[in-house]
Amino acid sequence: MRTAGLLHKEILQIRRDPSSIALALVMPIILLLLFGYGVTFGARNIEVAVVLESRGQAARDLIGRLEGSTYFLPTRVATLSEASDMLTRQEVSAILHVRSDFDQRLSSTGEAEVQLLLDGVDANRARLISGYVAGLVSEFNGVMLRQEGAGRDPPVVQLHTRLWFNEELDSRRTLVPGLISMIMTLTGLLLTALVLVREKERGTMEALLVTPVRANEIMIAKLLPYFLLGFAGLGVTVALARLLFGVPMQGSVSTLLLLSALFMLASLGLGLLISSIAPGQMVASQISVVIGFLPAFFLSGLLFDIRAQPRWTQVISTIIPTTYFIDASKTLFLAGDVWSVLWKDAAVLAAMAVILLTIARLKLKKRLE
Amino acid sequence: MSAAVLEVRDVVKRFAPSDAPALEGVSITVSTGEIVGLIGPDGAGKTTLLRICAGLLGSDAGSVHALGIDVLAQPVIVQQQIGYMPQRFGLYEDLTVQENLDLYANLQAIPRRDRPARYQRLYRMTGLEPFADRLAGRLSGGMKQKLGLACALIKIPRLLLLDEPTVGVDPVSRRDLWAIVREMVKISGIGVFVSTAYLDEAERCDRVYVLNRGRLLDSGMPAHFHGMVANRVWEASAPAGRARELRLKAQQIDGVIDSSIDRGRVRIVTRDKRAPALPDSQLRSVTPRFEDAFMHLMHLHEGHNGLMVNHFSAAHGTSDDTVVEVRRLTKRFGKFIAVDGISFSVRRGEVFGLLGPNGAGKTTTFRMLCGLLPASGGTLRVAGRDLRHSPGHARARIGYMAQKFSLYGLLTVEENLRFFGKSYGLWGKALEQRIEEMLRRLDLADRRHEPADHLPGGYKQRLALAAALLHEPDVLFLDEPTSGVDPLARREFWSRITAEASSGVTVIVTTHFMEEAEYCDHLLILSRGRPLALGTPGEIRNMARDDQHPDPTIEDAFIKLAEEPQRKEVELA
Amino acid sequence: MTAPTVHPVQMLLLAIVASMRRLLALTAKEIRMIFKDPRSRVTVIIPPIVQLIVFGYAATFEVSNVPLVVVDQSRSEESRSLIAAFESSDAFVRIATTTDLGEMRELITSQKARAALHIGPTFARDLAAGEPANVQFIVDARSSNTAAITTGYAARIVTSFNERTSDHRPANVSTARPRQVRLIDLAWFNENYLSRWFFVPAIVVQLVLIEVLLICTLSVAREREQGTFDQLLVAPYATWELLAGKAAPGLLIGLPQAAVAGLIAVYWFEVPLRGSLAALTVGLLSYITCAAGVGLFISSLARTMQQALLGTFLFMMPASLLSGLATPIEDMPRWIQLITYLNPARYALSIGRDVFLRGAALADIVDDLLPMTIIGVVCLALAGVMFRLRSQ
Repeated sequence: MRTAGLLHKEILQIRRDPSSIALALVMPIILLLLFGYGVTFGARNIEVAVVLESRGQAARDLIGRLEGSTYFLPTRVATLSEASDMLTRQEVSAILHVRSDFDQRLSSTGEAEVQLLLDGVDANRARLISGYVAGLVSEFNGVMLRQEGAGRDPPVVQLHTRLWFNEELDSRRTLVPGLISMIMTLTGLLLTALVLVREKERGTMEALLVTPVRANEIMIAKLLPYFLLGFAGLGVTVALARLLFGVPMQGSVSTLLLLSALFMLASLGLGLLISSIAPGQMVASQISVVIGFLPAFFLSGLLFDIRAQPRWTQVISTIIPTTYFIDASKTLFLAGDVWSVLWKDAAVLAAMAVILLTIARLKLKKRLE
Repeated sequence: MSAAVLEVRDVVKRFAPSDAPALEGVSITVSTGEIVGLIGPDGAGKTTLLRICAGLLGSDAGSVHALGIDVLAQPVIVQQQIGYMPQRFGLYEDLTVQENLDLYANLQAIPRRDRPARYQRLYRMTGLEPFADRLAGRLSGGMKQKLGLACALIKIPRLLLLDEPTVGVDPVSRRDLWAIVREMVKISGIGVFVSTAYLDEAERCDRVYVLNRGRLLDSGMPAHFHGMVANRVWEASAPAGRARELRLKAQQIDGVIDSSIDRGRVRIVTRDKRAPALPDSQLRSVTPRFEDAFMHLMHLHEGHNGLMVNHFSAAHGTSDDTVVEVRRLTKRFGKFIAVDGISFSVRRGEVFGLLGPNGAGKTTTFRMLCGLLPASGGTLRVAGRDLRHSPGHARARIGYMAQKFSLYGLLTVEENLRFFGKSYGLWGKALEQRIEEMLRRLDLADRRHEPADHLPGGYKQRLALAAALLHEPDVLFLDEPTSGVDPLARREFWSRITAEASSGVTVIVTTHFMEEAEYCDHLLILSRGRPLALGTPGEIRNMARDDQHPDPTIEDAFIKLAEEPQRKEVELA
Repeated sequence: MTAPTVHPVQMLLLAIVASMRRLLALTAKEIRMIFKDPRSRVTVIIPPIVQLIVFGYAATFEVSNVPLVVVDQSRSEESRSLIAAFESSDAFVRIATTTDLGEMRELITSQKARAALHIGPTFARDLAAGEPANVQFIVDARSSNTAAITTGYAARIVTSFNERTSDHRPANVSTARPRQVRLIDLAWFNENYLSRWFFVPAIVVQLVLIEVLLICTLSVAREREQGTFDQLLVAPYATWELLAGKAAPGLLIGLPQAAVAGLIAVYWFEVPLRGSLAALTVGLLSYITCAAGVGLFISSLARTMQQALLGTFLFMMPASLLSGLATPIEDMPRWIQLITYLNPARYALSIGRDVFLRGAALADIVDDLLPMTIIGVVCLALAGVMFRLRSQ
């Protein structure tokens, strides 16, 4: 009855201040739309300036391939200096330069060069573009080879790439799991980080402490509503992801719920811990951003693959709960219930939840001092 | 014989090993069926003692038994059986009245079938039923306190601990609160231990403990205290409107340890039974009150009693220039009319009091005067300008002291003063001189490096006043300046305010303490946004003169004036 | 006492001096409040610097040492030579060799390996017969970006393997060398494709944004919750002075931090600073002011600190995702690109990259500076209006 009473109070308070509901339910929608429509890792419609100085057939064929590709939006430009200007003004992301002696060299020496000038500021994008163009060029080479048909084809290794778990490399599919973990990190951490300090700052803690309420009951009443709020956020995100973007989920719903529950508990534990040690809401907010949100954003593998990172930042990643949830949910969404991957993540999350909640519980005293 | 429900034996409490103890060997007994008062200045240790009794704090030595259970060893068991109402009661302002009650009923595990009867009883006692669906944050101060008390009483406890339950509550609500407590004691035979800053409330207790600097000074029934100052309390009559002057005169006489204004006369406590030498006024010996005894005790143990305001400027007296002029001032919030056509004017050097029950529109009027809130209608001029539309330099001529302590808790006394001084354009040497002067005048010098959050109530209030006076404003706005402040500090405060007024500062003040209304030159009593009465304290008192009250106090007048519309409000709602 | 007639200019000067003094007092107070509490002091100063370094290392799209499982069913000299080509590259590390496809599947699914090279039994025979020899390359695409990059690496390795084998082909195999086009790529501004050059300025932008937003929104919300805001409103502060005083801590903390971050970027991460320092300073100043403006606007809408904090995040999350931090704005759909024009972080990021890598001077960043400043000014104005309106 006491716990139920406290719970009821927390829920009423959440209802009265719509900001927490906004965080749990509106934020996922905004982020999902942005992620889903806006944030893609694959480049499409890349603006390329084409400086075609050669009038030969081969050069035109090569450029034809570029123009036919869905990746590129080529613009013909007369001179290289004009194209350079465009690149500097960031109107195009690359210049493909075919010299006037291209056809001549190709037929005389059998080898000709095309030059690709890239805006290297975004190194990753530059590399992707370069890769796309390289692909076009090697296709072109392959066709020339076949056209020469006479004689024997030189032995060539042909690489056939298979992308497991995400055949079209649709970044939405990988980002939805990341998004879920972000939403749950935010609801778990930011809301609970303030929840105890606020009662201390407003003086309601004293009245609460003198009632027969036990510290455990306060903990449960503080955890459960935000736990449910986090799950509501999860529900909204998954449902929208399926409806709007058709993101499939290979794993089972029960596994998702289990993992989310463990992760949510770890996040709430961290939030409550911050809340029980912070002297005021100001510091609690700052701590939760600095040690909670930012590492989860940069180090958890949400944006940057952990395996690509240096060893020592990987070590830091291992103490962030979000890391394990992102890892597990990617597998869950794209590969299915692969327990060889999931059980490790689940075990670590469970251990973190237990440790963080225990410390938070120990810090929550029934006395004022 | 009634049994002891609370037994405190030789409790010692130290917050830091190096500090002086907050409580030093305090022993207290509370029995069933009695109300025991705990009275003392700010920082005496009242709240600490109550928190120890409630099991919220441990103690360094001594024992505390409530209902026969060791509080220090088994706080949770005790907490299940007692009621406790902290000073800042933990009402959830974003929950409604009913939701707050439900919460505490759940926390106290009141069976559902018992609830309707309990709620009904509590609603009847508090008169809160019409407001059951109102958010607690929107209740007036008095209603909040009543709700807090109702929450503490949801389970009829055998021991009720109340920490300054009537702070910031108007006299009508204060009377109601005491009636509720009395009724509980009578019906259920509970024991009540209550700390208070209102000395007149001591008279309502069965027994009283006086606490100072962590030590008990004395204890006994109110009569015991009255006996201490028998034949040493006097009343000097003063010509209409001259009581303040007479009081200033009286407090400089050797042998006077306290003086205050009561019903237009000056009440004087002397060190011995000799009458004070006050020429030109009629003096008569009067029956002592608890307050007189308290002042005597403080004088005995502290060597001062708030009369030593060590600064006096030459009295300019009042002049004829009108500093504040309000005509048909109206404020609407949506459909709700908070202030409805108020008019008054205040002359330079006057002390003008705005009185009214909680929710009467005092604070709204006040905020409009200071330019914090736009008026919906009427005209409003302070020092010839509407502050709302005037540039900064007009605001520079006013001083403002908010109801809730609103200086920066993290900053020290000196840093706060320096910041506000600079905000008002003081700089360099002039600023430092003013700060030194204010620190000296308001007795803050020894705490100058302490963060404001750590100061006891009286110091905070003096600091707030220092900040408001630093730039020598023409008009001083004081919103409930003395709520939560101990009686000594209140005396001191009013000595300062009257001194400021006599040096030409216009003071506009709201207050709940009716005895403080005596210090005002003019009073405006508001109720439900409408003016009830406007006049000098004498004129207001005269309105209440009838057979029942041949010599009414302002409080009598206030209750009489305020009660009618309030009853109607309850009936209407 | 002053003379009865005061020259108007003198009066104006006096007013300016008085205003400056008030502003100074307010700023000093804000700073003092932040640095008073040791916990707050620590959280404000140290983490941004530490985080820049940590995140600077973590933020990379370069993929190396991808654990590779090799399924060699050919077991020929040719297949070994192709495997060697994979192994000799930094991109891959062979962690297992097997002939069992089931084992390979298991290794990938359990994330022990992230890519597999499957060489079929007919590989050597096909090559000898002059037939195209098919090789399968399998990538774990649970991280789509890494997968794309890994695929690119594999393609390059195979291409150069082919070139090498054709170069070393004995002359008698074919009379004429096949015609071939070579692609020479050159990345301007960043010859070595270092993604760190791109991310470090972006992280600075991100950290400064969150820091300044938090300081501004929370400090106003705290004054509201504790009632001190009224005290400021009755003091002789003009609205703009209140705004400036509240924005100042953001500037005073954000700017030195950005400066330190800049030094770390240049001397620790060795990101070249090619443009003018003046452009960078002006850009940062404008950006921090703009962030403070947004923060004050959020705080003017918030009643409690919780609302201030959550409001900050409701703004900050989309703002950082739409800034071009992780994914290029050019690749976003048109309507989202339009939204990004409202995002100050977008301009800041663009300025940072232009000045650092493209060597922009002050005149070159006007396109970004102007809209960012306008956003800041509009937010500050709105906040000022709301401050006075919502004081009730």
